Amino acid sequence: MNSSATNRVSYTLDSTLESVNRAEKKALEMAVKSGFGDDCQHNIAMAVREAAVNAVLHGNAYDPLKKFIVAYEITPQALVITITDQGRGLDPEDIPDPLSPENLMKNSGRGIFLIRAFMDEVKIRNLNPGTEITLIKNVGRKAVNAEEEVQ
Amino acid sequence: MTMKAIARQLDAVTIVDLSGRITLGEGSVVLRDTIRDLAGKGRKNILLNLGEVTYIDSSGIGELVSAFTTIRNQGGELKLLNLTKKVHDLLQITKLYTVFDIKDDEAAAVGSFAKK
Repeated sequence: MNSSATNRVSYTLDSTLESVNRAEKKALEMAVKSGFGDDCQHNIAMAVREAAVNAVLHGNAYDPLKKFIVAYEITPQALVITITDQGRGLDPEDIPDPLSPENLMKNSGRGIFLIRAFMDEVKIRNLNPGTEITLIKNVGRKAVNAEEEVQ
Repeated sequence: MTMKAIARQLDAVTIVDLSGRITLGEGSVVLRDTIRDLAGKGRKNILLNLGEVTYIDSSGIGELVSAFTTIRNQGGELKLLNLTKKVHDLLQITKLYTVFDIKDDEAAAVGSFAKK
């Protein structure tokens, strides 16, 4: 564990499902610490789980030599969680809409959609290689439509 | 909490009582294996009781869709029973609420299956 500031903590994790569970559990802990209500806590933890699954499964492809980093930061305005993997990189433009009729009955492809639904702001950055996804939940306001910023 | 699936037979309907988390990994595998087993036995009327399911992630949702498709492809029906609010909300925002036949009363759900 690395800690660069009082309200910021980051973890470098192996590409395993155990790490996904750990990232989710810590997200729940940070959401509680930030003062979010039960539903928000659940949604934040789930968004982090989905992002961590993407990092482990689609990004690092369970490669034992690759790690992913989860950083949690509590600011007066928001809980900010950044997840970075060492995979080949994700182009947000290539993510299919899971609500479209041709995708509705697919077995996968809903992770990013759920992250966007549960967080106030989502930023996806292709690091070439690697992907960085930043999840922001604002304090003191209900979820609004997620925005996406491609950098 | 470890995912569990216990199947019981009521008339021509197989009710699967699920409990725990349906997530990537063990939970999804338990559900997948249960459905494959039932499909292999030729069971066509499946009612998944989600009343004790505490959590479903996107992989779990995908597994529910897969279960639905598997049973439908062999001429059967798969319905959902006793959704928690969180699971209900998830199916709403993923637009799957209209795909699945969702029930909140077991006896009525059992009676709703077509006789095969």
